[in-house]
Amino acid sequence: MSKPKVAFYWCASCGGCEEAVVDLAENILKVVEAVDIVFWPVALDFKRKDIEAMPDKSIAVTFINGAIRLSEQEEMVKLLRKKSQLIVAFGSCAHLGGVPGLANFWDRESIFNRAYKTTPSTHNPEGIVPQEKVTVDGKELTLPKFYNTVFRLDQIIDVDYYLPGCAPPPDLVMNAINAILEGKLPPKGTVLSPNKSLCDDCKRNETKPEKLTIKEIKRPHEIMLDPEKCFLAQGVICMGPATRTGCGERCIEANMPCRGCFGPTDQVIDQGAKFLSVLASIIDVNDEKEIEKVMDTIVDPAGTFYRFSLPSSLMRRKRMPSVADNEK
Amino acid sequence: MSNNRITIDPITRLEGHGKIEIFLDEKGNVDKAFLQIPELRGFEQFAVGRPAEEMPRITPRICGVCPTAHHMASTKALDDLFKVEPTPVAKKIREFIYSTFMLEDHTLHFFFLGGPDFVVGPQAPAAERNILGVLNKVGLEIGKKVIEIRKQCRDIISYLGGKVIHPVCGLPGGVSKGLTEEDRKKFLEVAKAGVEFAQFALKIFDDIVLKNKEYVDIVTGDVYYHRTYYMGLVDENNKVNFYDGYIRVVDPNGKEYAKFKCQDYLNHIAEHVEPWSYIKFPYLKNVGWKGFVDGEDSGIYRVAPLARLNASDGMATPLAQEAYEKMYETLGGKPAHNTLAFHWARLIEALYAAERMVELLEDKEITDPNIRNIPTETPKEGIGVVEAPRGTLIHHYKTDDRGILTEANLIVATVNNAAAINMSIRRAAEKLIKNGNVSDGILNMVEMAFRAYDPCHACATHSLPGDMPLIINIYDADRKLIHQFKRNVK
Repeated sequence: MSKPKVAFYWCASCGGCEEAVVDLAENILKVVEAVDIVFWPVALDFKRKDIEAMPDKSIAVTFINGAIRLSEQEEMVKLLRKKSQLIVAFGSCAHLGGVPGLANFWDRESIFNRAYKTTPSTHNPEGIVPQEKVTVDGKELTLPKFYNTVFRLDQIIDVDYYLPGCAPPPDLVMNAINAILEGKLPPKGTVLSPNKSLCDDCKRNETKPEKLTIKEIKRPHEIMLDPEKCFLAQGVICMGPATRTGCGERCIEANMPCRGCFGPTDQVIDQGAKFLSVLASIIDVNDEKEIEKVMDTIVDPAGTFYRFSLPSSLMRRKRMPSVADNEK
Repeated sequence: MSNNRITIDPITRLEGHGKIEIFLDEKGNVDKAFLQIPELRGFEQFAVGRPAEEMPRITPRICGVCPTAHHMASTKALDDLFKVEPTPVAKKIREFIYSTFMLEDHTLHFFFLGGPDFVVGPQAPAAERNILGVLNKVGLEIGKKVIEIRKQCRDIISYLGGKVIHPVCGLPGGVSKGLTEEDRKKFLEVAKAGVEFAQFALKIFDDIVLKNKEYVDIVTGDVYYHRTYYMGLVDENNKVNFYDGYIRVVDPNGKEYAKFKCQDYLNHIAEHVEPWSYIKFPYLKNVGWKGFVDGEDSGIYRVAPLARLNASDGMATPLAQEAYEKMYETLGGKPAHNTLAFHWARLIEALYAAERMVELLEDKEITDPNIRNIPTETPKEGIGVVEAPRGTLIHHYKTDDRGILTEANLIVATVNNAAAINMSIRRAAEKLIKNGNVSDGILNMVEMAFRAYDPCHACATHSLPGDMPLIINIYDADRKLIHQFKRNVK
């Protein structure tokens, strides 16, 4: 029997998800023995015709990381969907939009203006910005289209499973690979990490008072962080209650609060809204003005509560006159 | 004018993909060559509105291969922003984490990515020119050593930084987690093993490359050669430093051209925009942008290992200094303009990083619990710098009174080399493609021109096949495909 074909592909991402695979360390050799990796790590031939030449569904599973930001990425993932039996959204960006999804507070023009015109080191008196098609000394060069909006993977193609995390921890990656190899797959659409909140597993949960209440919000750099006490009990925003577990509380082990990279549990549609409701239930002031005062100490609610999931929020992006609904 | 066109589509990584376009003239010689980077994510824009203290947790997502570099540059920018001096032990912990990261990243590059060209050989069959080929040549035991040292280093970063892919421990004025005496002892073992390992890597380079005349000729030949300016961080003695110091620039003759604090970078560095790539092209502002040319009159400079060594007066640790002297002796003096010597310099830096880990851990003060100073000043503007494995990395933030970002500017390591990489590819292509003749062998030779820089687009080849898949398409004047060369493409 021939070994199952496996592919890896990346979109708008940082390369950390590839490192997460490499971090399987000695286990990587077992994986390489069990499968035939057809694209990876520098995903070999991306000429569309070569992939098109493969029979449909001939790749057993394709792991795709990164959000969708460019036309080329959309074209490639659609092609890979056609050629693959299973698609796994690998890591926060493919799963939720991730940090690059924070660009949904802006549009293409503002991003280009910033990058190519107004940054203080940029010297660009002619106001040149990269073009999808340009002729240089008679030579025609092309670049993919840069969309106004960042998408998570399943907003572009059908996705079978999700591996959460920025980046996904090695044990979850290994579990997922084993499940696929052994054909012990959970129902389609499953996020491959336990469906409970981070707080349920957090060591600091014991230090959380029975009725958690706070009167003001502290930023991590403003106070000495207690290495054992629940961050919310210290008045520090920790996304734990609105975040799925499975990461091993890695940030918390380094004495820093959670920022929600695993996304919410199955019961929650919108991670930021969930966290807002958590906050509403623990802020211990009743006077409207006092509430406002507390809320003012949360300096960037949207960018914090949706740090990894803005394209997955109900709003998906900031509404701007320059961008029509669902426009790319 | 002929429309002959060669597309090398390595579809590499990190800042997305890299694509090389080579245009031939009517005689079939190289007319123009471009490395295009078709990816942009817009960090400088979407950083605006975010709280400054979150930047060390947001900006590492620029690069998951060197997140520790972004994390440190960002954290140092916060020290400057809040005008808070980190405690002495916090500085040591940061530099220790950073040295661990440099050791891990550099040795890995040698064995997995750049090394195969030499260890197995530039002319070796493509199927062997990868980490597995390296293991065949040097033995599986060494392969296990590489995996082991990498894992130990990455475990240290995970322990202190939370996650090795995107650490979280940096705060203005300090770090979130300290070391116990037990940690110190345990890490010291790793550091000592690191010194041994780095020496061993240099010995492999010595045995396999330096004792082979053919390789030495390639390293010192003119295909991979550019006379440029060089930039790197140096300490008060002009010795290479990864974590802090002055940015020093030397001219193509090795003479100091500029030396400045990172806060002055805007007086020295400017970025040029081309309509055909999403990447920008930094250059020395006071020399000026003269196009993709080398020499004294062109503001193009290079960064990363060889550039750092060229821009310094030596290494701050004894074994690395010894190796530094040997390299320049072999290459015929300083500065060395041989692009492939980046590989050699990288190993010397790995040795320095390991020696520095030992130094920092032998200092018992590193277990001092006083790991943070709390900022009290009103923030306004902050700039931070480190030497990333791939070059000088600058983060620059402006904020309102509450510390919310109003502006961000980033000079990212590989970007500094963008213009030089373009030149290197063009030069290699010009030297190797004659009268329209393109052989399979040219693929790796062109590839070697940019792999020496360890550009971030190639970072992910830190994994199994260390060999970049390439396609070269040759089109005739009617843009019809007349030849196709493939390597490592299934």
